[in-house]
Amino acid sequence: MKEYEPTIIAFVCNWCTYTAADLAGTSRLIQPHNVRLIRMMCTGMVDPKYVIKSLLEGADAVLISGCHPGDCHYINGNLKARRRVKLLKEILPRFGFDERRLKMTWIGASEGIDFAETVRSMVLEIKALGPNEARRQIM
Amino acid sequence: MAKRAMMEVVDQDPVASLRILFGRLLEDAEIGAVLVAQHLNKGGVPMPALVTDPERFEYADPLAPAFPINAAKIVSRLSRRPAGETVAAVLRPCEIRAFIELVKLKQGNMHDVLLLGIDCPGAFGNTDYARYVEGNGSRSSVDFLTAAIRGKTSTEDGLDISPACKACEHPVPENADVIIGMLGVDVKSSLFLYAGTPRGEELLSKLNFSEIREPEDRRSAVVELLERRIAYRDRMFEKTTEATADLEKLTAYLANCVNCYNCRVACPVCYCKECVFLTDVFDHEPAQYLRWARRKGILKMPSDTIFYHLTRLAHMSTACVGCGQCSNACPNNIPVMELFRTIAACTQRAFGYEAGRSADDEPPLSAFREREFSEVTGGKD
Ligand code: SF4
Ligand code: SF4
Ligand code: FES
Repeated sequence: MKEYEPTIIAFVCNWCTYTAADLAGTSRLIQPHNVRLIRMMCTGMVDPKYVIKSLLEGADAVLISGCHPGDCHYINGNLKARRRVKLLKEILPRFGFDERRLKMTWIGASEGIDFAETVRSMVLEIKALGPNEARRQIM
Repeated sequence: MAKRAMMEVVDQDPVASLRILFGRLLEDAEIGAVLVAQHLNKGGVPMPALVTDPERFEYADPLAPAFPINAAKIVSRLSRRPAGETVAAVLRPCEIRAFIELVKLKQGNMHDVLLLGIDCPGAFGNTDYARYVEGNGSRSSVDFLTAAIRGKTSTEDGLDISPACKACEHPVPENADVIIGMLGVDVKSSLFLYAGTPRGEELLSKLNFSEIREPEDRRSAVVELLERRIAYRDRMFEKTTEATADLEKLTAYLANCVNCYNCRVACPVCYCKECVFLTDVFDHEPAQYLRWARRKGILKMPSDTIFYHLTRLAHMSTACVGCGQCSNACPNNIPVMELFRTIAACTQRAFGYEAGRSADDEPPLSAFREREFSEVTGGKD
């Protein structure tokens, strides 16, 4: 049987983590192909409903990654995003979602290695957790 | 200046006495208009009405055990820009708390309204109120009140106040300008008025009330009521948590939902001018539905029901005041309030926030600090 390969939806900031992901690619750091990158102008644009929709439609995990505090190009979009993630981590587990299926990180534009490592460890963690059953559980 | 006053009740009728008080607000207290619930149709549900003629309080009945609408949105309409006159709004505690949430979202203003809050013994849901009036006739408000402030809200024909009211731990409108107190008071002989703010104090003085002490039984009456309500609330939290503990259970809980979105229309703190669920974003192509159905093998229509409720929980549960209008508006008797209050309790606790407590508290999703919640980002901030 083929090994279970999780799907991770990553909402990444154009100015930092997206660039880091690009750097990881051009530096030929080996990366698992489980991640679907969605480039956002800022993590402050990630409405909670994007995360909810992803998880309901069967994504095994969601990663939100933006600029370090102080580095956001829109001053505090990343801090707003952190509150929203905090909020979702209160709500989603109450309906059976494992809290580890939602992750937030700060990864700056030059941190390609950090990006590759974040994704790699996240894939391992979610593999151990098993597939998200949401799509099957709701009609 | 009077901070606490006793208002005498005429003919053992607190409703009639309040009508006189409202008239005096217009005549003696420089109030431009009074917003108060009125029976517009005999025996019907009292609806908020804006009254400027002191003779037109004939059917005003803010004490009726009916709650067809949370008037916070109406007060927001009346106050979002200066009207040049002060409106006195007679409201239940949960209406005031919802209004405070709207003020923080810049959808209302405290300066041009004077909030008259009434101690709230609770109200029936819409359909139960209609049945209650059928069985009780015109003096029903007073009869209900006298029993309800002693803790008996159920009737012989098996009706009772709504679950939202049974679970409400804010029966006293603490943040009103003037509080119309009934708990611990014999409402057939007097009502206890007290000021919550300097503006409220000024109003009581304009009306020439003289200062008294707080009625002796009031504190214990409030404490007793709170105990009962909190016990009911905690049982409700437990039951709802259990009934929605995973997505399969949540799907069953919301199985009768027809996506009419009445719950969000009725919700006083669902503040978006345009709800995303009513936009083109959800105007999916027919082929899209087929794709979704094919992937799962079965797709409930209308679709996106769970998505809608989870999103609403994320967007507004930190502002939920537990008024129960969502349940009241649901055509299919889904316990929406129970779900929203249960989650709201967690989300508000997570941010150390209590919806409606004070206009000075920052709404959790508008405020943020550079260093906080480092657990969210794996310990780094
Ligand atoms: S979600 Fe329901 S209980 Fe909460 S404020 Fe809105 S209408 Fe009231
Ligand atoms: S009012 Fe009831 S049926 Fe309508 S959307 Fe809300 S929960 Fe669903
Ligand atoms: S610009 Fe990168 S998180 Fe705001």
